[in-house]
Amino acid sequence: MKRAALLAAIALLLGGCSGDWGWYVVDPRTPTGWTNLKFLLGGLWYTILLSVTAISISVVVGLLVALPGLSQYRALRAVNRVYVEVVRSVPILVLILWVYYGLPPVTGITIGIFWSGVIALALSDSAFQAEIFRAGIQSIDKGQYEASHTISLSYADTMRFVILPQAIRRILPALGNQLVYMLKMSSLVSVIGMQELTRKANELVVSEYRPLEIYTVLVLEYLVLILIVSALVRRLEKRMKIDERN
Amino acid sequence: MDAGGSDAAISVRNVCKNFGDFRALNDVSLDVQAGERVVVCGPSGSGKSTLIRCVNRLEKHESGTIRVDGLELDNSRRSLDAIRAKVGMVFQQFNLFPHLTVLENLTLGPLRARGKPPEEARDLAMRYLTRVRIPEQAEKYPRQLSGGQQQRVAIARSLCMEPQIMLFDEPTSALDPEMISEVLEVMTELARSGMTMVCVTHEMGFAKGVADTMVFMDHGEIVETAPPETFFAAPETERCRDFLQKILHH
Repeated sequence: MKRAALLAAIALLLGGCSGDWGWYVVDPRTPTGWTNLKFLLGGLWYTILLSVTAISISVVVGLLVALPGLSQYRALRAVNRVYVEVVRSVPILVLILWVYYGLPPVTGITIGIFWSGVIALALSDSAFQAEIFRAGIQSIDKGQYEASHTISLSYADTMRFVILPQAIRRILPALGNQLVYMLKMSSLVSVIGMQELTRKANELVVSEYRPLEIYTVLVLEYLVLILIVSALVRRLEKRMKIDERN
Repeated sequence: MDAGGSDAAISVRNVCKNFGDFRALNDVSLDVQAGERVVVCGPSGSGKSTLIRCVNRLEKHESGTIRVDGLELDNSRRSLDAIRAKVGMVFQQFNLFPHLTVLENLTLGPLRARGKPPEEARDLAMRYLTRVRIPEQAEKYPRQLSGGQQQRVAIARSLCMEPQIMLFDEPTSALDPEMISEVLEVMTELARSGMTMVCVTHEMGFAKGVADTMVFMDHGEIVETAPPETFFAAPETERCRDFLQKILHH
């Protein structure tokens, strides 16, 4: 219902516009418009693939970085602090450029555009994931560790079966935020030539000279994508809550 | 072999423990024989909980020695694992795992720490759930149960690890009055079965009924140790008399 109303509003907005607007460039009723529209939407797959791959990696790295941050040993906590502070201080765009142009000569390994993007996005996001996980794990009551201790669970089992399942439920809204953030930040990978939504739009603007219409479509593409993702995250949250509370 | 040496289930010798400037345990010594039921009481902050938490290494003592079943508690992994396997513990706040069902709470330890096959772990869990008289709650989540039921699940969870010694840290203090008796009944039944038990509790009726030995602590020290008959009838020290007066006649 809500989605239908939203689409109707958008249609009205677009239809009501005249004069300087040149919607022909993406009008699906004309062959060129249809081709252009398909070209723009063609970036959707890479935007999603890039974001989902990057966030899958950053969640794992973030967790692995969060754990030493909770250690009783100062040296391990320092590892966590240094990683988080350093990674968090580098702007994502700078990180993308550095990974793409800097990492191959440093490591001697050629990294393609896609993996450069994934590495940069995942690296940048992992620092935030680490902080989210640390906060989530710290919010779990000390009694849960003590109970695990008394039934002889190892540290790994305590984390896996007792602490993390509870911590993840609590940080789910924050993880959802990060996914949305990631979908948006993936647009920056366009600067190294990744054929995702933003890059496609840029290329079409260069050949069609219609930035207003094309970028408006781009805005709508992100809007719809992220509204759908947000709805999915909210549904997941609700389901996990029911699991726990019943 | 020194007095109450390695044949005691628990042997605490000259143990001290500080929290910052606060002296929680001051030169505490206590022996618990196999099959003995000890009730520890005393005002809050007297070190009762700290004492039993030191016995299963939830707190580290700073000096003195603690032996469980002859094995000395130190920083080694081996001693820690051995002691955890022998000692079960029930907490004031239950500390059940809220995201797992009652049955999953009970089988987690046997499955992961003991490596029991699922069938066997389940049978074990159901056996102890029956013993604490709530087998019908197996599929529920802790928050769907009353406080008394939750504490009984916590006792069953501990028993599923088949410990030789059970420690109770104020098991009824967080319960509504009408639920205290159902937990005490389970504990009494456990005591009758011959389990070695150390209970920190203010339930003096329970203490009179099951304790072999009463221990009174104050300011981090054991002030008095006596069988319940003498302990309640003729407490030796002024501090102990005071305390008993307060909790028995309010």
